[in-house]
Formats: sequence, C-alpha cells, structure tokens
Amino acid sequence: MANPKKLGNKKRLVDGMLTVIFSLISLVYLYPLVMMVINSFKKKAYISRAPFAFPTEKTFAGFSNYENGIKLTNFIESIGWSFVITILSVFLILLCTSMCAWFIARVQNKITKAIYMVCIISMVVPFQMVMFTLSKTANVLGLNTPFTIPIIYLGFGAGLAVFMFTGYMKSCPIAIEESAMIDGCRPLRTFFSVVLPILQPTYISTGILQTMWIWNDYLLPYLVLDLKRYKTVPIAIQYLKGGYGSVDMGAMMAMLVLAILPIIIFYLFCQKHIVSGVMAGAVKG
Amino acid sequence: MERYIKRYWPIFVLPTMLAFAIGFVVPFVTGLYLSFCDFTTISNATFVGFANYVKAFTDSSGEFIHSLWFTMLFAGISTVLINIFGLVIALLLVRGFKGTNLFRTVFFMPNLIGGIVLGWLWQVIINGVLAKYNVNITTNEWYGFWSMMIVMLWQQAGYMMIIYISGLQSIPGEMIEAASIDGATAWQTFRHIKMPMLMPSITICTFLTLTNGFKLFDQNLALTNGMPSNRSQLLALNIYSTFYGRTGWAGAGQAKAVVFSLIVAIIAIIQLRATHDKEVQQ
Repeated sequence: MANPKKLGNKKRLVDGMLTVIFSLISLVYLYPLVMMVINSFKKKAYISRAPFAFPTEKTFAGFSNYENGIKLTNFIESIGWSFVITILSVFLILLCTSMCAWFIARVQNKITKAIYMVCIISMVVPFQMVMFTLSKTANVLGLNTPFTIPIIYLGFGAGLAVFMFTGYMKSCPIAIEESAMIDGCRPLRTFFSVVLPILQPTYISTGILQTMWIWNDYLLPYLVLDLKRYKTVPIAIQYLKGGYGSVDMGAMMAMLVLAILPIIIFYLFCQKHIVSGVMAGAVKG
Repeated sequence: MERYIKRYWPIFVLPTMLAFAIGFVVPFVTGLYLSFCDFTTISNATFVGFANYVKAFTDSSGEFIHSLWFTMLFAGISTVLINIFGLVIALLLVRGFKGTNLFRTVFFMPNLIGGIVLGWLWQVIINGVLAKYNVNITTNEWYGFWSMMIVMLWQQAGYMMIIYISGLQSIPGEMIEAASIDGATAWQTFRHIKMPMLMPSITICTFLTLTNGFKLFDQNLALTNGMPSNRSQLLALNIYSTFYGRTGWAGAGQAKAVVFSLIVAIIAIIQLRATHDKEVQQ
C-alpha cells in the first residue's frame, strides 16, 4: 500500500488545484450577469456595438437607461402585478391542493384514484396543447385579471402540487389524525391543527417550485391576461421589442437587471430551502 | 374515519377539482376535439376528421416536419451535454475542497431566472461574439440552435448537478472504501459502483432534461423568435406561431399540439421504463 502521508499530500494538491479551476469556471459562469450590469450603464448605441467593453467617459450613461426603461415598460406596475399574481396563486395552490391531497391520501376509492391519475397525466402535457382553449375559457369566465388568474394557475399547476402532497401524506402515520378525530375534532379542524403542521416541509418545497414557475412564466399570462391593463415582468420585457421595431438595448439591459435582482436576493436569503425544494420536486417527478 | 372525512368532500376536493376542470380538463378535451375541426373560434367549429393532421404534415413550407426533427436533435444533444456537464461537476464537488458551497450556489443560480430574461441577456452576448465574424444569431438556424444549446447548458447543468450530488452522497462510504482496498482505480470505482448506484438520479435527470428540451419556448422566443424564416423554431414555438401567426391555421395548430403532446407522453413512458430496469436494488 502507498504511504498514507504521501497520499494525503497528493489529495491536498489536487484539491487546491480544483479550487483554483472552479474559481475560474465560476467567474466565467457569472460573467453574463456581470456583463449585463455593466452594459446597463452604457449608452444604448454602444451596447450592441461593443458589448464587452467597459463604459468610458464617452459611453457612460448613468442611470438614464433605468429611467428610460421604467418609463417605456411601466416596470413598477408590472413588478407589482407579478407580485400580486405570484403571491395569490401560490397561496391558493398550497391551500387547495394540500386539502385535496389529504382527502386523496385518506379516502381511498376509485374516484380518488382516478383524480390522482389525471393529476399525474396533467404533469406531462405541454402547455401548447391547452393554450388556445384555455385562453378562450379564461376570457369567457372573466379570469383575465391578476386577481382571478390564480384560479387558472391552481388548475394548471394542481397536478404537480397534488402529487407532491399526496406522496408525502402517504408516508405519514395516520394515527395522530385518528386520535384527533376520536377526541372530537372535525375534519377541517383536524386538517388545520394536525395535518398542516406535519406537511410544513412539503409546503415549503412546493411553494418554492410554484413561485419559480409563476414568477417566470411568460406564455400563460401573455395569452390570458388583459394586456392593455396588466403586464407581468417577463411580458413587459418582451414588449420592449414589440411595436417599436428595433429594441432599445439600453432600456433592455437595465430592465433585465431589475428583473433578475429580486430573484437573486430571494435566492441568497432562502438558498437552503430552494435547493431542497428543487430536490424534492425532482425526486418525486 | 374515512367515511367521516368523505362527507367533507365539497370543502376539501371541490375547489381544486373545479379549477382543475377549468384550467386543464376542459381545455384539454376541447383541444383534442378541436384538432379534428375547422374553426376560428370555439363556437364555429365544424368536424373535418383528420384533415388538420394532413394539413400540418403536408404543409408546402415543410415547417412542421423541420421543427419536429430540429427539436428532436436539440433535445437529444442538450440531454447528453447537460447531464455530462452536471455529473462531472457533481463528481468533483463531492470531494469537498475549499469553496465547494460557494461553487454550488453559483452553478445553481441561473435556474431561477426566467427564460425570457435569459434569452435577451444571452442574445446580446452571442451577437457580440458573432459580430466579430460578420454573422449574427439569425444568419442561419444553426447559430440559433447552438445559442439555445449554450443557454440551456448554462441554465440547467446546475440543477442536474444538485440532483447528482445528492445521489452521490447517498452511496454508502463503505462500498467505495471496500473497492479502494480491493485496488480499484478511480475509473473502475466510477464505472462499477457509482454509476449503477446513481441510476435513479440518471433516470430523473435524463427525463427532466429531455422534456425540458422538447418543451423549450421562452428562450427560443427571446433569442431568435424562429428567424430566419421560421427555420430556428422548436416545436413549441412553431405551434404558437401557427396558431397566432397564420390565419386559417388554428385547426392545424391544434393538431400539431396533439402530436406534440403524444411525443412528450411517449418519451415519458419509454424513458421511465427503460431506466427503471437498470436501477440497482439496494
């Protein structure tokens, strides 16, 4: 066998090299984001022409791109609507699907099995399959405002959420719920004071998955919302291109920075939950 | 207890099921029906049998067939690249050298950013590089193809890395130790111990990357919007532009969407079957 001390030295050397190599790769990985921030402070004519150059005295634009972009896209309003839609939808999805999942997990008959199967099927179907009929249905039913679109999100996102909650419920012992009910708790009370706390980890992971999806979603709100009155962040950004012919790249870069900023802050604060949420979603999907 | 809960179904199940009907079941069923109809709105649909399917496949521009194999090629190559990249990073990061946590944070971050935002961001970078060679992202469809590939790789490798890392960490240390005592090389350990033990993670990651590749829309829209002349359209974008860009083609668009759903469903089934067989029982 080789000398263990020598082996330890070798491992330390390799690890040191890996740290250096990965630091370099990380810089390359982050470069697009850095470049975006730099370009957002350059005059728009110099962005497409020399995207990799640092701003000089001649090309520096200060915050004018930000002012311009916010005016052009009505960005403040869009970010507000994005928040309204995301928060309402995620809340509605978590509340309704967890209740539904508890029912499915605890009442086992042909109907609940069928519901569960349809939920799984719905996870595979691409949005293009339903986009036309869904947007027409939403219009007819008046689900085209930020306050009613959560119902659409609940419907289209129910599959994954029900699936995740049911999976977790089935692995939970039924005994606690039973004793609560024997002590005289009605099902609603049992759900909110016994089941809900048990489900907490799944609430976090499902909530994060749904938040990421709804915040970034483009096509569904684009087709469903009344665009004259309401735009979300991705729609506002895509609108910078439409209508004006050429794109105001300065405004575009500035708006991209503003669009990414909340996501990165959210990520840095709840990184642990986000990573474990993604894991839970992936492993079950 | 079961019977007692059952009486409460209007509270527990009904809201979700109503929304599910509005948001999925009804649109899905009418969509399926409309693929056999000629229509401009839902109310004026007339049954035409398979005419829409024939129209989609025999379109003189050959757009749909082109986008079909363009998408298959894209999904196939991106699945291989993303998984290799993600797995290699994961294998290195589980060694646990200095800065591992930071690197993980960095690699995972692009996942949280939406497709439209990413598409525009990368368009500037890619066009900036290509400008040196007097071409741009829409010169021909292959520039768009590889641009989307780079963006997907950048975005998704970190996600797969996370899944692979947790797979690697669940391999019992004794197994690797036993192999090294028996004199196995690093490659042998990887090939005969880590690989088989990782099969569940590989199943998940392959499935995720393949379906993500097939369903890609936002990045395609923001990067090339199908240019030049719809040649860089992936399936999802092709269906969208058939619906909303060509008058009189709504029926064909719906037929394409049904074909698209079938393909994704078939992949899902094959994929899960094929890789489940290879999984090692622990």
